[in-house]
Amino acid sequence: MTTYPTTWRRPPQIFTHRGWRIALQLGALAYLVFAIGTLEVNWTRITEGGERGMRFIMGFLSPDFSSRWRDISQGLIESLTMTLTSTVVGVAISIPIGIGAARNVAPRWIYAICRSIIAISRALQEIIVAIFFVAMFGFGPFAGFLTLSFATIGFISKLLAEDIEDIDEAQAEAIRATGASWGQLINYAIQPQVMPRLIGLSLYRLDINFRESAVIGIVGAGGIGATLNTAIDRYEYDSAGAILLMIIALVMVAEYSSSYLRKFLQ
Amino acid sequence: MLELQGLTKTYKTGDTALSDVSFSVPKGQIVGLIGPSGAGKSTLIRCINRLVEPTSGRIALGGRDLTGLGVRDLRAQRRRIGMIFQEYALVERLSVMENVLSGRLGYVGFWASFTRRFPPADIQRAYRLLDRVGLMTHADKRADALSGGQRQRVGIARALAQEPELLLVDEPTASLDPKTSRQIMRLLVEICTESGLPAIVNIHDVPLAQQFMQRIIGLRAGQVVFDGTPDQLTESALTEIYGSEDWTAMRKGHEDDKDAEADALRRLSVIPA
Amino acid sequence: MSDFPASWQFRSPKVRLALWFGWLCLVALFVWCWQVMNENTIWMFVQDAPKQAADIGGRMWPPRWSYLGELMVPLWDTLNMATLGTLLGVILAVPVAFMAARNTSPFPLILRPIALFIIVASRSINSLIWALLLVAILGPGLLAGIIAIGLRSIGFIGKLLYEGIEETDIRQVEAITATGASQAQVLNYAIVPQILPAFWGITVFRWDINIRESAILGLVGAGGLGLKLQNSLNTLAWPQVTLILLVILATVVLSEWVSAKVRSAII
Repeated sequence: MTTYPTTWRRPPQIFTHRGWRIALQLGALAYLVFAIGTLEVNWTRITEGGERGMRFIMGFLSPDFSSRWRDISQGLIESLTMTLTSTVVGVAISIPIGIGAARNVAPRWIYAICRSIIAISRALQEIIVAIFFVAMFGFGPFAGFLTLSFATIGFISKLLAEDIEDIDEAQAEAIRATGASWGQLINYAIQPQVMPRLIGLSLYRLDINFRESAVIGIVGAGGIGATLNTAIDRYEYDSAGAILLMIIALVMVAEYSSSYLRKFLQ
Repeated sequence: MLELQGLTKTYKTGDTALSDVSFSVPKGQIVGLIGPSGAGKSTLIRCINRLVEPTSGRIALGGRDLTGLGVRDLRAQRRRIGMIFQEYALVERLSVMENVLSGRLGYVGFWASFTRRFPPADIQRAYRLLDRVGLMTHADKRADALSGGQRQRVGIARALAQEPELLLVDEPTASLDPKTSRQIMRLLVEICTESGLPAIVNIHDVPLAQQFMQRIIGLRAGQVVFDGTPDQLTESALTEIYGSEDWTAMRKGHEDDKDAEADALRRLSVIPA
Repeated sequence: MSDFPASWQFRSPKVRLALWFGWLCLVALFVWCWQVMNENTIWMFVQDAPKQAADIGGRMWPPRWSYLGELMVPLWDTLNMATLGTLLGVILAVPVAFMAARNTSPFPLILRPIALFIIVASRSINSLIWALLLVAILGPGLLAGIIAIGLRSIGFIGKLLYEGIEETDIRQVEAITATGASQAQVLNYAIVPQILPAFWGITVFRWDINIRESAILGLVGAGGLGLKLQNSLNTLAWPQVTLILLVILATVVLSEWVSAKVRSAII
C-alpha cells in the first residue's frame, strides 16, 4: 500500500527561484510605498474641489448647448474639416512613403529614408508637434491640419509598409515573371492585395484624427478642443459637459460608421 | 440508480433534440449511447447534469429528482455526477494537479479554492487518482504540455475526484488515435468496474462501443430506437439507428485492429453484464 | 478567326461610373472642407513659417545639458504618474470588463449597457482632456494626472479585456461548471487562467502608452516633464525645450522596448 502526500503547493509559473520571487514582491511593494509617498497631495485643495466636482457632474447631467452654441459649432466645424482634410492629405502622402518603406519592393536607400520619416512621425506626439506648428504657422485649424497630417503619415505608412511586406510573394513572382515593369508590379501584384486594408486603415485613421482634433486645440491648434479649454478656464461646466457629450457622441458615431464601412468594403 | 422518465428537450429554435426518452441505468452498468450526429446524444448527456435544461421529464439519481432544483441544490447534485469531455476540456493553463483538484470545487468554499488550499484528504485522493491513471510524475506540469491521451486521463481523474455516483462520458475518444482510444476506453471500463460506478458513454464509434460496453442504447432523432446488449446489435438494428449506409463503412475501417484487441475482449468477457 | 471581343474592361460601365462619382464627391468634399477650415487662416503667417522654423531651430540648438539635473524629479514624477495611473486603471477596468462581457456579466440587461458606456466614454476622451478637467477640479499636481491616466486606461483595458473574456473557450467553462463549482469558482478556475496572459499583455501595452501620455499631461498642470516643458515654452527657453524633448523621446523609446520585451516573454 503506497501512501500519497497530503500537501500540494502550486508550482511557481514565471520566477522559479524563490529568492527572485521574494525580491520582486518586496521591490514592487517598496516602489509603491515610495511612489505614493512622493505624491504631494494638497488635501485642502481637494476638499474644495469636491464642490467643483459636483458642479461639473451636474453640468454633465444638465449640459448647456445653447449659450455657447456659436463657439461650439465653430469648434465642431473646425474639428470635422480638419479631420477630413488631414486624413486625405496624410493618406495621399503616406502611399508613396509606405511603398518606399516596404523592404520587398523598395531599394535600400529609399527604404532607409522612408523608415526614418515614419520613425520621426511616430516618435513625436501630436501635442508636441502641434505646439511647434502653432509656433510656426500661428493659432488656428491650419496648424491642427498640419499636425494631424503629419501624425497620419507615420501611422498609415507604417501599417501599409507592413502590409506590403506581408503580401503573398507567389502573386508578385507570377507578375514579375510576365516581364512587368516596377510600376506594373505595384499596380497588378501589390495594389489588389493591399487596397482593402488601405481603405480600412484610412477610415480607422479618420476616426483617430477626430479624437485627436479634440485635443490639439488645447495648445492652440483650433477645433473643439480650444472651445473646451476656454469653457473649462471660465468654469462653465455646463458648456464643458455639453462639449464632452458631443465629443463622445461623435466618436461613437465615427467608430460605428467606420467599422460598418470597413465591413461593407471588405 | 439513474432513472430517466419522458425526458424531452426542445430548443428555442423549435428543434426537438429529445422526445420522450425513458430508461434506467442500474449500479455498475456501463451504457454506450450511439446514434448519428444530431440524434441528441450530447443533449441527453448534458440534460442529466443540467448543463442543458430539459423541457420536460424526470431525472432521478439514487431516488433524488434532479429537475427543478435551485442553484445551490443543483451544485450539490452536480458533485454526484462526474463528466468526461470530448477534447478533454481541461483548463489548459492550469497545472495537472489543479485540474484534478478542480473536481473538488463543489465541496470546498471559494476562499479555499482561490488560495488552492484543499483539504489534505482531497490532495491525497488527487495523487492516488493521478497514480491510478498513470500520471503521477506529471502532477506539476501544465495541462497543455501533455499529449492527447494523457490529457484525457487527467479528465478522467478530474471526474473521479468528485467521488461521483454516475459518470457521464461525452465522446471520450473523438480526438484520439485508435490505439490511444482503446487504452482510454479500457481504463474507463476498469475504473467503473472496480468501484461499481455506472456510466453513460456517448460514443460515435460503433465497433468500439460493441467491444467495451455492456449495454447499448441507440438514439435516432431524439428517440430511443434500440436498447440491448452488444450481441443484440445486429445489422438490421444498426440500420434502424443509422439509416442504410454509413455504419458498414465505419465497421470495415476497424476490422484490421481486431486482432490486437483479442486480449481486451477476453478480459471483458468476464465482466458481468 | 472567331469573333471574340477585342476590347475588355475591368469593371462594368456602371461600377466605373459609381467609382468616379465617389472619387469626385471625395474631392469636392475635400475642397469644401479646406475652404471652410481656412476661412480665418492668416496666410501671411503661413508664408512666414519657414523663417519662423529656421529661427526656432536656430535657438533650440544646442540643448542646455546643465538643465538635465533639474529634470530628474519631473521624470520620476512622470514615470510614477504612468505606473500608478495604469494601476488605478487596471483596478477600475477589471470589474467593468467582467460586467461588459456577455458570458460573465451578472445582470446583462442592466449592467452590460452601463459597462459599455463607461468604456466608450473613457475611450473617447483623451487623457489630456481628463487632466484638464481634473486639474480644474482637484487643482494642479500629480494626483490629477494619475486619475486622468487611470480614467483613460479604463476604456482601453476594459475593451480589450472584455473581448478577451468573450473569446474564452466555452468547453473549459462547461467542464468546471459540471463539477458543481459555484459561479465565483468557475470564474477563478476556468476564465481567469484563460485570460491571464492577455491581461498582462494589455496592461504592459497600456503602461507603455501611458508613459507617452503622462509626459505631456503637465502642459495642463498635471505635473511631470510636461510642466517643465510648459514653463520652458512660456519663457521661450528653447534650449531647455530641446533637452526636455530629448528626455521624453529617450523615455518613450525605453518604455516601448521594455513593453515589447515583456509582451514577447508572455506570449
